[in-house]
Amino acid sequence: MSKPVLKISNVNKSFGGLQALRDINLEIERGKVHAIIGPNGAGKSTLLNVLVGLLEPDSGSVTFNGGINVIGKSPHEINQMGLARVFQTPEIFPDLSLLENVMIPAFSKRDGAFHFQLFRSLASETKITQEAKEVLASVGMEAKADETAGSLSRGDKRRLELAMCLIQHPDLLLLDEPTAGMARHDTNKTIELLKQIKEGGMTKIIIEHDMHVVFSLADTISVLSQGAIIASGIPDEIRGNPIVQEAYLGGVEL
Amino acid sequence: MMKRLMNIFKKQSDLTTILLFAAGVLTMPIWLDPIGANYPDLLQKFVIFGIFAVGYNILFGLTGYLSFGHAVFLGVGSYTAVWSFKLFTMNVLPAMLFATLISGLIAAAIGFVSMRRSGIYFSILTLAFAQMFYNLAYSVLIPITNGETGLQLRMHDIRIIDNYFSDPVPGLPSTEFFGMSMNGYSGFYFCAVVLILAFYVAMKIFRSPFGLKLKAIKSNQHRMRYIGSDTRPYLITAFIISGMFAGLAGALLAVTDPLAGAERMQWTASGEVILMTILGGVGTLFGPLIGVGVIKYLENIFSAINDAVLHNFFSFMPLWAENLLVAITAPFVGEGWHLTLGILFMVIIIFLPGGLMEGFQKIKTRYLTKSMKDSESTTKQE
Ligand SMILES: Nc1ncnc2c1ncn2[C@@H]1O[C@H](COP(=O)(O)OP(=O)(O)OP(=O)(O)O)[C@@H](O)[C@H]1O
Ligand SMILES: [Mg+2]
Repeated sequence: MSKPVLKISNVNKSFGGLQALRDINLEIERGKVHAIIGPNGAGKSTLLNVLVGLLEPDSGSVTFNGGINVIGKSPHEINQMGLARVFQTPEIFPDLSLLENVMIPAFSKRDGAFHFQLFRSLASETKITQEAKEVLASVGMEAKADETAGSLSRGDKRRLELAMCLIQHPDLLLLDEPTAGMARHDTNKTIELLKQIKEGGMTKIIIEHDMHVVFSLADTISVLSQGAIIASGIPDEIRGNPIVQEAYLGGVEL
Repeated sequence: MMKRLMNIFKKQSDLTTILLFAAGVLTMPIWLDPIGANYPDLLQKFVIFGIFAVGYNILFGLTGYLSFGHAVFLGVGSYTAVWSFKLFTMNVLPAMLFATLISGLIAAAIGFVSMRRSGIYFSILTLAFAQMFYNLAYSVLIPITNGETGLQLRMHDIRIIDNYFSDPVPGLPSTEFFGMSMNGYSGFYFCAVVLILAFYVAMKIFRSPFGLKLKAIKSNQHRMRYIGSDTRPYLITAFIISGMFAGLAGALLAVTDPLAGAERMQWTASGEVILMTILGGVGTLFGPLIGVGVIKYLENIFSAINDAVLHNFFSFMPLWAENLLVAITAPFVGEGWHLTLGILFMVIIIFLPGGLMEGFQKIKTRYLTKSMKDSESTTKQE
């Protein structure tokens, strides 16, 4: 087995009396898609929040890319390490054009956390402009490149946010319900897109309620319930696991 | 023909923008003449406050951080410049350099602390700093500021450099730029050139990846962090740059009139630049300059209009109508110019939140679509 991209060990987090994460242990292998499923309020987003530096866990460790410690680092430092996230509610730059939305993460990646160069002309940034156009095209939004991002539909915002992460070519991409709030047609488009990226070999953690999406994309699945991982394995194991059936999949036709 | 002209305004290259701008600024004495604003004192104010506003817009317009304390840098710039005149030379170049540098340093300190907070708390912090400086100028800092009298030139100032090269002449010396006087029109043209340079710097920042990142911070700072940018140093840099612009403007105020007083640092002066920016159009390149024009015009021209002028203006009417119109308009001019400004400001905020620039934009698009339709219909007829 190759070295994991991400290693989560004994992570705990509680909010007042509520234990949102209980002793989480997880290893994500390079090039794999790992799905995290679980009912509402199970702690899925909380786990991602710990990974990107939004929350600090009460205890436990998270290491990235062969042992680099993540806990205690600022969000921008973690992103610079090669970890990008699509949020559950779209986080884009609503006042800027789609093209600019996608160019900015590319600048961040190239320039680092802070870069002081006042007089470089945007017009001369042909390489990144071109790249941004290609990434927009890959999510099917090149026609809207000059539109203001704030006016997009919710599904389009999500796709835009995905493009913003993709242009960074992260070592690990975190997707928090990438198809939530999308019409069926858009969901299918997004799944196709995610499948394509999967072939590209990008490591991903995906949180998803739609079992159709999960089983068609994931290499491995973990089930989270009340802050604890109650099962982890390849899709077939999860499908057949009676505890999982009871805790979460109960009513769902598989 | 009209279309070509419109295209020029649509997407200008850096060079055309700056050339058009320079032409506009340098010809101010011509096109401001018909509205009675062509006198050196006012022209100088237009361009100096133009620099202040253009710099302020780099902070407020690009990052959205609303500073209530930028007049501090105006004051610091003026004091520094006058000290440079007193200690070294009446040449304005060192004065401007020192002023820009020292206000940059003070901006770094204030920015470093204030940028720990955002939104209203940031504004309050900058306001607190400004009031602190304002009060210190009348107390602890009197050796530097000369308190209420203000800092002035004196006969026995050392002026090391000037006195080394030439014998002191009797009377107070006046500011100069390698022999060019800073009075009257030559003072205006000097400041105008500085404004053009300052505008060029601002334009380059607006149209750089750096400027785009500042806009991104304004739009969604959270996203900016999670996409790998450390937003704090960007914000502090923007704060320092706008502080330096303000310091430069303050120096020019002293260049055209070598006197510095603390009233320049009062919070109302900070408020004025906010008003100018919003009135003209936050975050647009030209908006703040238009705001400066409107406010300084009202302040200087409108405030000078009195009943006699009004009677003269309406004298073509029958006497009763003349009296009526004078009675109606009198509260809005002279001392009442603030009323006009207030109403104008409210109307703009309510109907054109993007400022006067948004108004121009609306007119332009309306005109453009109309002319496009016209040309379409003519081609159809053909
Ligand atoms: N910052 C916070 N402060 C307090 N409680 C929180 C915070 N974030 C999450 N919680 C609580 O922790 C629990 C887990 O929330 P989380 O958002 O991780 O759930 P989730 O699995 O992502 O659910 P969903 O499917 O609805 O997105 C919930 O009960 C939530 O109310
Ligand atoms: Mg969630």
